[in-house]
Amino acid sequence: MPNFENVVVETDLLILGGGMAACGAAVEAAHWAKQHGLKVTLVDKAAVDRSGAVAMGLSAINLYVGLKDGANSVKDYVDYVRNDLMGVTREDLVANVARHVDSTVHLFEKWGLPIWKDEKGNYVHEGRWQLMINGESYKVVVAEAAKNALLANGVGEIFERIFIVGPLMEGDRCAGAVGFSVRENKFYVFKAKATLVTMGGAVHVFKPRSTGEGMGRAWYPPWNAGSSAYFTLKAGAEMTCQEVRFIPVRFKDAYGPVGAWFLLFKSRATNALGGDYMVERKPELEKWVPYGRVKPIPANLRNYLGMLDVMDGKGPISMRTEEAIQKIANQYRDDPKAHKKKMKELESEAWEDFLDMTISQAILWAGTNVQPEEKSSEIAPAEPYFIGSHSGASGAWVSGEEDLQTDETRSEYFWGYANMSTVQGLFCAGDASGASSHKFSSGSHVEGRIAAKAAIRFILEHNSLAKVDPTTIDNLKAEILKPLDLYEQHQNASTDPEINPHYIKPRMFMFRLQKIMDEYAGGVTSQFITNEAQLKRALELLGLLREDALNLGASNLHELMRCWENVHRLWQAEAHVRTMLFRDETRWPGYYFRSDRPTMDEEKWHVFANCRYDPATQEWQMVKRPILHIFPQAKEHELLGG
Amino acid sequence: MPSYVNPEKCDGCKALDKTACQYICPNDLMVLDKEKMKAYNRDASMCWECYNCVKICPTQAIEVRGYADFVPMGASVTPLRSTDSIMWTVKFRNGTIKRFKFPIRSTPEGGAVPDGGYPNGGELASCELATEPASLGLPAVFSLKR
Ligand SMILES: Cc1cc2nc3c(=O)[nH]c(=O)nc-3n(C[C@H](O)[C@H](O)[C@H](O)COP(=O)(O)OP(=O)(O)OC[C@H]3O[C@@H](n4cnc5c(N)ncnc54)[C@H](O)[C@@H]3O)c2cc1C
Ligand code: SF4
Ligand code: SF4
Repeated sequence: MPNFENVVVETDLLILGGGMAACGAAVEAAHWAKQHGLKVTLVDKAAVDRSGAVAMGLSAINLYVGLKDGANSVKDYVDYVRNDLMGVTREDLVANVARHVDSTVHLFEKWGLPIWKDEKGNYVHEGRWQLMINGESYKVVVAEAAKNALLANGVGEIFERIFIVGPLMEGDRCAGAVGFSVRENKFYVFKAKATLVTMGGAVHVFKPRSTGEGMGRAWYPPWNAGSSAYFTLKAGAEMTCQEVRFIPVRFKDAYGPVGAWFLLFKSRATNALGGDYMVERKPELEKWVPYGRVKPIPANLRNYLGMLDVMDGKGPISMRTEEAIQKIANQYRDDPKAHKKKMKELESEAWEDFLDMTISQAILWAGTNVQPEEKSSEIAPAEPYFIGSHSGASGAWVSGEEDLQTDETRSEYFWGYANMSTVQGLFCAGDASGASSHKFSSGSHVEGRIAAKAAIRFILEHNSLAKVDPTTIDNLKAEILKPLDLYEQHQNASTDPEINPHYIKPRMFMFRLQKIMDEYAGGVTSQFITNEAQLKRALELLGLLREDALNLGASNLHELMRCWENVHRLWQAEAHVRTMLFRDETRWPGYYFRSDRPTMDEEKWHVFANCRYDPATQEWQMVKRPILHIFPQAKEHELLGG
Repeated sequence: MPSYVNPEKCDGCKALDKTACQYICPNDLMVLDKEKMKAYNRDASMCWECYNCVKICPTQAIEVRGYADFVPMGASVTPLRSTDSIMWTVKFRNGTIKRFKFPIRSTPEGGAVPDGGYPNGGELASCELATEPASLGLPAVFSLKR
């Protein structure tokens, strides 16, 4: 084995990840830890200032309820989220985020995030729930508050550039995590009384549309590789909504955001013949009632109507930017000065939307000489991603909060500590927790706070560090460093380090995974369509890939990280395929379509499809869990509000 | 490659104990060639064009060349970030130039106060998070039990 020093860190609360949820957790935990004399440790694979999905910045806060102004209620948001997810949502979890999220947004503003205001001093909305921001430094500002909270108080410490591989277990309890430094030969063992997983979602599980240089320009950032899913699965936690992938429709190739165009500028999207699929294909929505009738129309159904046009040969689909801008400008027809000012404002807003969060799209527009006021731009669905905090829903099955349960939900949704998974001492937030979509940046931050507070309470009530047997740690170390071993041992069997019969490099391993998922599990090439036979074939091939994961080879620390990222992706893939197979219906056309089960089956499948990998038997278990309401409903499965 | 280093400008951050671009890249792509004392992007196909290395480089040695597999040549987008604003210069393939300036924060760098100045009351057993209910602007946190 390569000579790696062991570094053992003991702490009370261990926060894994340094993104939005982790930064929320750090601020909250620091407050309660200081009161109770506890220690908090945060570990990120990157630099907290610019890590995670918000690393580049964002142009909007997508979740603000506006409770203090009476703009919306907690129930309004719950109704909206449930409807958007075709009825599959944990209302207690969504309500918990919704009731607290405004507090986090108000804190962001105090910390220095510029939120747009109108003449009256009110926030400028992009849509009902979204606020416009000057968000280039969104993550920097949020990270700063987290660091100030942890470091200034002396309650915490932050480790950067440590890649977390998996859990440290003591029987059924999570006792911390193991990983390695990507800068020096050090193996890390973090022992903790409670562990909070916030390592984001997963990208590059499916083959991206671009396969050259542009492969890195997935909509979802290439550095979140399914570490949350792997960690929780390996700990034996029950997982939920693993079939609910997210496919964003964005400006084609550079994946620039469309939210401002649809919501703020009220733009249409039309096909090659000028037809508007949202109008022409409206009757299709009736096949998906009751969800086909709600307003706004669920994201996957909107995707689906556009996809039907493309499958009918009516592509490309274009965002009619020129038409939208013209319409707004026309309101100022009679006042040339105001017209000029408005046009300047619109131009700046349109470009800032890209420059704040998808700079590549600005380069693509500039490289193709697009002026949005003159010319429309193509939009297209991206490949599937796993992002439980956005419009997907995959993540761990976690406990809700006690005061948000009814007599009926309590036995199903509550086991003591908010956001604790089914594994003792293992908490999840942001993309890592499932069945509570549409948290976005602000909701993930506040969910981190919720989870951290509950974890502190757990620590005070279970105040002991687990004893982990030294041979367990030795075995984990040997397993994690094996790719370096294999490479060193066999590199001389070939003159080309990439092509060697004894090991597989992580890049080709990733391509193999992506090919399987793309072709059999409903990726871009298969028009997001799959069926039972294809999913079974995918499982067979994933099984062989899982065996070959033991033969990954790495020539340095960076490549060792790439090896483990791809193992993480593989586990996310397997959970996804198994759950699509288990759910014997099509519920989210536009995300994926089961051609052998082309309709929705409310009677049998208005449930959560959960899965669990049992570390003891190494077997997967599939189970249905009921969907229960926490707010009174007019009629069973009847839709209110939204 | 998406982000690339101009060798004439890069000085390998010799004034610092680690290079700024290596420190910041969320995907661990920027590395220093110690012999040449020049940085480079080791895997362009895993670059998100997030511009963090570009924004942080003290000598402005890093630029982005749009993904060659779908962006026609000739355009550039260049930021200049100060402590409170960012200025963007967008150069089109046809030579058109546009400039935009946006604020980036409203407080001095380093000055984010974790509790935002809101009073902290609350107990660990309650449903109130630190700074609540004050930071909500409401008298109490919503609950089904009220
Ligand atoms: C392209 C895009 C656009 C978006 N636009 C908006 C928007 O306009 N408005 C909005 O409100 N929300 C938006 N969102 C959603 C928002 O970014 C997410 O909801 C939020 O970032 C999720 O928080 P998180 O903490 O779960 O994950 P992240 O913020 O992604 O953080 C994940 C963290 O885990 C770390 N990590 C990952 N793996 C490991 C490992 N193995 N070991 C150690 N650390 C690890 C990462 O470095 C990172 O620090 C957008 C998301 C994307 C992808
Ligand atoms: S930050 Fe700039 S100057 Fe420093 S090593 Fe990187 S490219 Fe060179
Ligand atoms: S643009 Fe972003 S992802 Fe690419 S090298 Fe620079 S910091 Fe890394």
